Amino acid sequence: MKETIESLRFRITKRFGTKTVLRDFGLEVRGGQFITFLGPSGCGKSTALNIIAGLIPATDGEVWVDGERIDRLPPEKRGFGMVFQNYALFPHMTVFGNIAFGLQLQRRPAEEVRRRVQEMLELVQLPGFEDRYPGQLSGGQQQRIAIARALVLHPRLMLLDEPLSNLDAKLRIEMRAEIKRIHANLGLTSIYVTHDQVEALSLSDWVVVMKDGVLIQAGPPQEIHDQPVNVFVADFMGFRNFFQTQVVSLGPNGDVEAAGNGMTIRGKTRHTFTPGAAAVAAIRPDDVVVGGDSGTANAFRATVDIVEYLGREDEAIVRLESGGRLWVRTEARVAPGETVCVTLPPDRVIFLPAEGSGGTA
Amino acid sequence: MKRARTGEPSELDLLAIACLAPSLLYVLVLFVYPFLYGIFLSLRPMKVDGFSLANYIAFFSDEYQYKTVGITFRLAVPNTLIVVAASLLFAYNMRRGIWLERTITTILVLPISLGVILLAQGILGFYGGKGWFNQLLLGLGLLEDSLVLTHNFTGVMLSLFMQQFPFCFLMLLGYISGIDPSIENSARTLGANPWTVFRRVMLPLIAPGLAIAFALVFVMSFATFPSAILLGQATGATRTIAIAAYAQAFEQFDMSYASAIAVIMGIFQLAALLVIILLRRRMVMAATMGVGKR
Repeated sequence: MKETIESLRFRITKRFGTKTVLRDFGLEVRGGQFITFLGPSGCGKSTALNIIAGLIPATDGEVWVDGERIDRLPPEKRGFGMVFQNYALFPHMTVFGNIAFGLQLQRRPAEEVRRRVQEMLELVQLPGFEDRYPGQLSGGQQQRIAIARALVLHPRLMLLDEPLSNLDAKLRIEMRAEIKRIHANLGLTSIYVTHDQVEALSLSDWVVVMKDGVLIQAGPPQEIHDQPVNVFVADFMGFRNFFQTQVVSLGPNGDVEAAGNGMTIRGKTRHTFTPGAAAVAAIRPDDVVVGGDSGTANAFRATVDIVEYLGREDEAIVRLESGGRLWVRTEARVAPGETVCVTLPPDRVIFLPAEGSGGTA
Repeated sequence: MKRARTGEPSELDLLAIACLAPSLLYVLVLFVYPFLYGIFLSLRPMKVDGFSLANYIAFFSDEYQYKTVGITFRLAVPNTLIVVAASLLFAYNMRRGIWLERTITTILVLPISLGVILLAQGILGFYGGKGWFNQLLLGLGLLEDSLVLTHNFTGVMLSLFMQQFPFCFLMLLGYISGIDPSIENSARTLGANPWTVFRRVMLPLIAPGLAIAFALVFVMSFATFPSAILLGQATGATRTIAIAAYAQAFEQFDMSYASAIAVIMGIFQLAALLVIILLRRRMVMAATMGVGKR
């Protein structure tokens, strides 16, 4: 089996006419990892993947794999496997024909082709499907065949372009686990493009958050999840509550006390602030605690506005006495109109640079 | 895709028939009746009482008449091949859009909007003995003598190409650009160079559309009439079967014989269509997805 790559390094800019889709988007990563490009639609993540695959030329920049510059190579010479959002199976070929396609182009002996196709069908858990046509398969089965078709060539780098977004929710979770299993078992290097933060966090060793063609934050999933660098990443990672504040005082270990809208909020930060600076306090709905004593720090009185039943817990929007709105997830059942006390645990509140004050890392 | 047939009419079937009625009537009145009447007419020769195959026998025993079939094939077959091949070349290379695409498409499609007569006049003027084309080549010293490009076989071919290329090109462009680009992208990442992508992936997917293009262009070419008169030699080298039928009807005033010739022409066209459709059915695979119409 051909070894997977040792390292990948690129820095690319892409313009379509006057529109810049990728602006100096660069990264350097070790091989053997699961890397995710995460961002909202239109952030350039798919374009970046297509440039790495060689399907779109970059306007400017370079792509290096294991010390070899590859951005001038045509896609068929790069030895990468790619899986597409809409599967892109060859509709006029059987499952066997689809998986064997790349091997046949390499003029492998028929016996070897048959054996390797067989192995792949077992790997994706669809043995016996050789003679079916893509049109006779479900979406999930088609995507498995598409994965098998790319993997059978032992690609040194796997590129996956939103491979699960056309599948229904249940199948998506199954296939997510499948992709993770195959990646780990075969020791692959994979780049995975998605707009779904749950997919990114659950699959990746390294997450790259993008916005408007620019890299915003890159790091292991825990870091992206716990320490977003700015409001954009925080919003993407599920911090739904944001409060505009001004820093009052700074303590050791990144302790911050800030005030805004008649509230005094304490929390933590990884950024450097000076007293008086604008800062955004952020907390996830599920970190907010319902209950507590309104006399203590970070505890506020609020009126419950809207309640959504989510089964194990409720999601509620509460209106703070100071006027702000707060998203809350709680197992304590609340009812609309009820007056409650909500507490924002200080170790769960993070302070981020205010928008427009140079928030990118 | 195969559909299950139940065999028993349902309410939906009756509704479908009711909805179909106006178009069915249209086809019956404007196509089936005249067609059948033509056949009927062709079997009642002017000089014979009652039904007879005399017109058909006359056609196939008169060399001046039956060689029009050969002439028409010699025009229609190469013209169809050239038109479809050129359309495929252009449409395939324009499938992902190109620079100045709208302008180029407009220029390619313009001849459709002009009509055959204006086109023929233009060709006569431009490619004629005293036309710009010959004058330019003579002036540059590339030619000793004018090329004879009109009032012969070449003239008709030129005219047919210009009429049919835009139509065929647009049809194939629509068909080819309807194929999901990620299909060819996936072939590239699997190691196929552009030529292999065309041969092994795109051509089989385009084939059904190509067959329809072949069929339509062939039928149009086989029925060629104005081009063959205006740019060819209506009594000689380009006396197509349509001209033969016209001559019988409006020069000899033998409607019966003219109908027989028209029926013969129709039989050849239908036979060619049948061959193409049979070939197409072999090309279209049992199950395909999301690629054009079938």
